[in-house]
Amino acid sequence: MTVAALPTRKDEAFRYADLAALAGVWPVVREHIVVPSGQSTSLSIIEDSVVEAVARHLVIELEAGASFDLRILNTGAAFGRIAVDARLGEGARFTLGAAQLGTGSQVLEIVTEVFHDAPGATSRQTIRSVLAGQATGTYLGKVAVARGADGTDAAQSVRAMLLSRTATANAKPELEIYADDVKCAHGCAVGELDAAGLFYLESRGLTPPEAKRLMLQAFVAEAFSGAADEEKLQALALERLGALL
Amino acid sequence: MLQIHNLSATVAGKPILKGLSLSINAGEIHAIMGPNGAGKSTLAYVLGGRPGYEVTGGSVSFTPNPNPAHPELVEGYGAARGASTGSARAGVGGGAVDLLALAPHLRAAAGLFLGFQYPVEIPGVSFVQFLREAANAQRKARGEEPLSGGEFLKLAREKAALLKMDMDMLKRPVNVGFSGGEKKRAEMVQMGILDPSFAVLDETDSGLDIDALRIVGEGINAIMRRPDKGVLLITHYQRLLDTVKPDFVHVLAGGRIVKSGGAELALQLEDEGYEAVAA
Repeated sequence: MTVAALPTRKDEAFRYADLAALAGVWPVVREHIVVPSGQSTSLSIIEDSVVEAVARHLVIELEAGASFDLRILNTGAAFGRIAVDARLGEGARFTLGAAQLGTGSQVLEIVTEVFHDAPGATSRQTIRSVLAGQATGTYLGKVAVARGADGTDAAQSVRAMLLSRTATANAKPELEIYADDVKCAHGCAVGELDAAGLFYLESRGLTPPEAKRLMLQAFVAEAFSGAADEEKLQALALERLGALL
Repeated sequence: MLQIHNLSATVAGKPILKGLSLSINAGEIHAIMGPNGAGKSTLAYVLGGRPGYEVTGGSVSFTPNPNPAHPELVEGYGAARGASTGSARAGVGGGAVDLLALAPHLRAAAGLFLGFQYPVEIPGVSFVQFLREAANAQRKARGEEPLSGGEFLKLAREKAALLKMDMDMLKRPVNVGFSGGEKKRAEMVQMGILDPSFAVLDETDSGLDIDALRIVGEGINAIMRRPDKGVLLITHYQRLLDTVKPDFVHVLAGGRIVKSGGAELALQLEDEGYEAVAA
């Protein structure tokens, strides 16, 4: 088996990656997960260690009627990349909730490809990025609905919050639909903290950093809502948010 | 308790308040009525310290009621202010503070409460968490011990019951999915929990049905109708004033107070309209 060549900037999926950092961990081993027909599994990936580079690539196959709940907290590495390919069988359900919290010159990215190959499958992706300093947060997410995959229900909700003018968010939700009867929704927004909300909280006595932390906590919470280990994920995210402010 | 002197303010460069003066003593409830665009909400936001509402002249002096259980309250809060603003802009003497020199959260810690006309929805943050953090942030700024979880819940339950609000609603995200009336009721629950010296209530009666109006009015009386507290009630309608009887009524038009009187002035306004009365 030949080792794949290091990607270049021309590869769309690596367009915003830190290629020099990636070289240090290349090639990335693909982690295969199969969820058998009718079964439910969940997995939380927590990348919060301070390291030079982390790159993972999950390949998930959901058989008919299977469901998989994946949560990602991507926050520790100078370059942290998590790629996820999910292939959905008939009536399968795939949930992805991910938060990327970065500061300094961190480059964090989540790259997904979700294949609705059979009818009646559902996918839900919720990505929240909070970026301070000169950090870059990227989400590239493709949803491909194959011919005949009628009744597909796919949603992508992608939001990024910039805490400084020097932080960068890249977001590219993408739909490729070859079936007729599908419901595909995607929303994408990059913004700053809502001034009206901050004033409301401060008017009740919270200091400006407390008010910001509370609003960011709420912003990130959506990514982990309903997770099996929600409390742990929220607590880790909260700790990290404190460091970002 | 609250002395507003010749206050002028602009919003986006446009003058809204044009030399407004008003003096409210402890134990008094004042109502401000006035036509749309008169500057009522601007006054509320200026007092609360909302960014974007720029004070261009005048002063506001606030004398919080000294908490007998904590005689150090005013002093401790003064120290917190000095530390936070990094300046020695002291109050104007005798326990009074220069309200406009304080950041919004320190105005709250000093004992000012702003009831919002449009309470903001904060998805993902429960009322209980938010209010406990807010109450304890205020206590910290005043040099008081924080409330424990149990103490806070007891207080919250008591105030929710006062406003006939289901405690379960306070476990929900702040104002999310609340009707207009529920939001206003929740504002009053917050006021009860935070127990301010002075409340500025901006159209707390809008969006309320008749029953809710009475509950909110009775809540205001129960929480704020005390010899050591004051209220500035901004309203469009006389109806709330049937329950919360004002000691004084003022008409705000064109950015200043154009007429003042007793409770009867509100009735006259209702009958004759602003234009006739304020002319």
